[in-house]
Amino acid sequence: MTTLVRIERPVRAPKAQVALTIDGQSVTADEGTTILAACRSLGIEIPTLCFLETLRPVNVCRLCVVEVEGARVLAPSCSRAIEAGMVVRTKSPRVVLARRLVLEFLASSVDLSTTPGMAELLAEYGCQPERFGPPAPQALAGERDAAIAGHHAPPDPAFAATVAQPVKVDNDLYVRDYAKCVLCYKCVEACGPDHQNTFAIAVAGRGFNARISTELAVPLPDSACVYCGNCIAVCPTGALMASAEFEMRAAGTWDESAQTTTDTICPYCGVGCTLSLHVQDNTIVKATSPLENGITLGNLCIKGRFGWQFVQGPRRGASGGDGRG
Amino acid sequence: MDIKLLDAAPSNDERAAVDAVLGAPTSAWDGGARGTGDDSHVAFGGRAMREQRHRLVPALQALQARVGWISEGGLSYVCERLHVPPAEAWGVATFYALLATSPRPRRVVHVCDDVGCRSKGAKAVLSAMVGVSPAIAHEPSGDHVHLDADRAGWMHSPCLGLCDQAPAALVTEAGAVPTERLLGHVTPESARALLDGAAPGDDATAVTLLPQRGDPSLVLLKRVGVVDPTSLSAYRAAGGYEALTKAIAMGPEAVIREVTASKLVGRGGAAFPTGRKWEAVRTQRATPHYLVCNADESEPGTFKDRVLLTGDPFAIVESMTIAAYATGCTKGFVYLRAEYPLAATRLQHAIDAARTAGLLGADILGGGFSFDIEIRRGAGAYICGEETALFESIEGKRGEPRSKPPFPVEVGVFGKPTVVNNVETLANVLPIVLHGGDAFAKTGTAGSTGTRLFCLSGAVAKPGVYELPFGASLRSLLAAAGASPRLRAVLLGGAAGTFLRADEIDLPLSLEGARAANTTLGSGVVMAFDDEEDLVDIVLRVAAFFRDESCGQCVPCRVGTVRQEEALHRLARGKSRGGASTEIALLEEVGVAMRDASICGLGQTAYAAVESAVKRLGLFGGGAA
Repeated sequence: MTTLVRIERPVRAPKAQVALTIDGQSVTADEGTTILAACRSLGIEIPTLCFLETLRPVNVCRLCVVEVEGARVLAPSCSRAIEAGMVVRTKSPRVVLARRLVLEFLASSVDLSTTPGMAELLAEYGCQPERFGPPAPQALAGERDAAIAGHHAPPDPAFAATVAQPVKVDNDLYVRDYAKCVLCYKCVEACGPDHQNTFAIAVAGRGFNARISTELAVPLPDSACVYCGNCIAVCPTGALMASAEFEMRAAGTWDESAQTTTDTICPYCGVGCTLSLHVQDNTIVKATSPLENGITLGNLCIKGRFGWQFVQGPRRGASGGDGRG
Repeated sequence: MDIKLLDAAPSNDERAAVDAVLGAPTSAWDGGARGTGDDSHVAFGGRAMREQRHRLVPALQALQARVGWISEGGLSYVCERLHVPPAEAWGVATFYALLATSPRPRRVVHVCDDVGCRSKGAKAVLSAMVGVSPAIAHEPSGDHVHLDADRAGWMHSPCLGLCDQAPAALVTEAGAVPTERLLGHVTPESARALLDGAAPGDDATAVTLLPQRGDPSLVLLKRVGVVDPTSLSAYRAAGGYEALTKAIAMGPEAVIREVTASKLVGRGGAAFPTGRKWEAVRTQRATPHYLVCNADESEPGTFKDRVLLTGDPFAIVESMTIAAYATGCTKGFVYLRAEYPLAATRLQHAIDAARTAGLLGADILGGGFSFDIEIRRGAGAYICGEETALFESIEGKRGEPRSKPPFPVEVGVFGKPTVVNNVETLANVLPIVLHGGDAFAKTGTAGSTGTRLFCLSGAVAKPGVYELPFGASLRSLLAAAGASPRLRAVLLGGAAGTFLRADEIDLPLSLEGARAANTTLGSGVVMAFDDEEDLVDIVLRVAAFFRDESCGQCVPCRVGTVRQEEALHRLARGKSRGGASTEIALLEEVGVAMRDASICGLGQTAYAAVESAVKRLGLFGGGAA
């Protein structure tokens, strides 16, 4: 006779609770919680740029800095774990100044026109990026890729240096507009160890000439890129953008307010990734997957992310056929 | 890991150079010939291969030394050997200033134009080179790369650590037997001769010019210039290895007790108590523990560690061995800046001699503990002197500092507990062990014990490294070095330190004295400037230095160092936006944001010297305090 044995799940010891003070409010949270998570649990807003729930924090943008009493410098709230008795201030004058300067540094050197929420943030912190001078003319194609570490041309006092450069269009599926890159490392993490394990891109160069690059800055088709587009999914500024969206924006027809999103299941394989279809004027314009989806964590493969054109292909239905043309 | 390699093959020279570092490939899986063994039926790789990543920089350096640059084929072969994705290797290769990722002449003359050499003739040397041979990189001349491998090229260089023999140049020549020479007192004529192919001559650091040579009060420098640095027997005859013998008799806990009692603090700039650091690592349960000697001395104006490494290398090997014994480390790294070729040779000789004599390796002096030392050479990156950037570099990555906490005593190199000490800090361990911590603490002041090395350069008659007890006055040190009677300013602590006015030099050289005067001893730099010096030009060079050396990881430092340099150039050229006071206020905000929000010490101190130049020296119409 067969007996069914119930397998008990191991009971995890509850995490130790840590009490701290944030902006004068007492709060208790699990040990290991980040300051950012603790703040959000209190409804305290902290701006972030390089942080994403699905990626290991790299704490490089420094927009989320907060003041921890007794510390010499500000702390990145996205990665710093809470400690018992910590006294945190999220809107002290030091914090506000640092955030304002970080925003001004970015706005004066990077094209933030397609960064969601950025205009509001710049206004909220009273940023005046133009005080650093008018933006320098854009670099020639390939110029920034050839920069030599540890060297730079003397600055031209008439201009503020920028990362402006021509858009890299080297394949049919997505473009890389590094004039919009804030170097948040998210695409490198998504392509590499955190999600895709393809390692087609890395940060190259140093200092202000640091940039996201393939080996020898070769075009994507010559690199290890598998066109999963998971870098696009995590890019916070629109520097990485599907060609379909890039072309519509260039033509002035991209209108997010007129778009609806419909969740469905990707038809291609048995994994069954959740697919969010972004539709404008009854036409699919973009496919994504929800970040909070436990299966995909926002990731897709080349087919799910880019293989939806057949739905609205010109031949479909025209001959009353089966869609295979 | 399934990696896509580049479609390029290495030359025979490149293959041989990489194999000399990594050994011959063992199968087709790591670059060997196909079909020679049974390797078509197995897969080699995985963790064992990933653990080879730390050999990436040495392999790239081998290519650089053999052919003068890292070609596509060379890079591809290294990636194949180490299973590193080419994009990652490219990211590493393009990070370091002394690794070329575009064709470069075999011989390159790196001319220092940093703060110490600028007023000592470096500008004349550079002008003499313009036109003779094109500059490499984006230089003021506007020239770009030239491709004649046989015609020597030249580049500007940040501080080469030879400020006592300014102006300095580093000559590198790739080949089957590569050449590296650090040269001092370079003249326009000698520089031109180097471009024409003249032999570079002896390394300037072969003989140490020590102003206090033979002075009986010397502790750290007592053997420098007196005892043959290439002879273990001479070192032992001069009392060498007595401290290690005594340490092993005392036991690890007692050694740490003495170091703690000595109140020794780190000499690299941060002044953290050494005993506390050692105790923290000793009690860590994770194994192995690593010891790292930070010899990446790159702070402009600093050359004290170079003097110790070339003049008394066995002392560093012995003190590292004691540190390892006390903290339970089995492996030590010396991370040595690339610009000190002779120090590398001497230190390697000392390590080898010690190993042969049973003073490194298994069961040292019968004490039942094992320890060995490996030298890792830097590749041209100031930031790698920051301890966590240094770890990343040893691990074969870009030298990007980590966020702290966790601190190195818990999570250091290879994720293991790590003791990281500056060269000078380690040198202090010998007298502490020999004479006891309490005796050591009797020298100096209550808050700063022992002696300190100072690097005197600039407008002084007798430049060089001086050893003084903590608490001596800056004025007396400058007098001893023969400072110019027309002294106008002193840069104390290096580019990350502060400028002082000529009327501010009465401060005692101690940690608390410096703090009270709102300055820092930093890495012991004392650079004097007289009234002939163009201080604006010096400040602009400091700003350019930080912009060049920022790793680029965090926004405040990556962009802030650029905005700082731009604002200073506007001020210097009388083109300020909205008046000088507006620009100075802008500089202050940029500086405070860098100090408060940057990840590491580089960004946090990038404004320090600029701030003091404005506020103390009153440059650009700033208010002198």
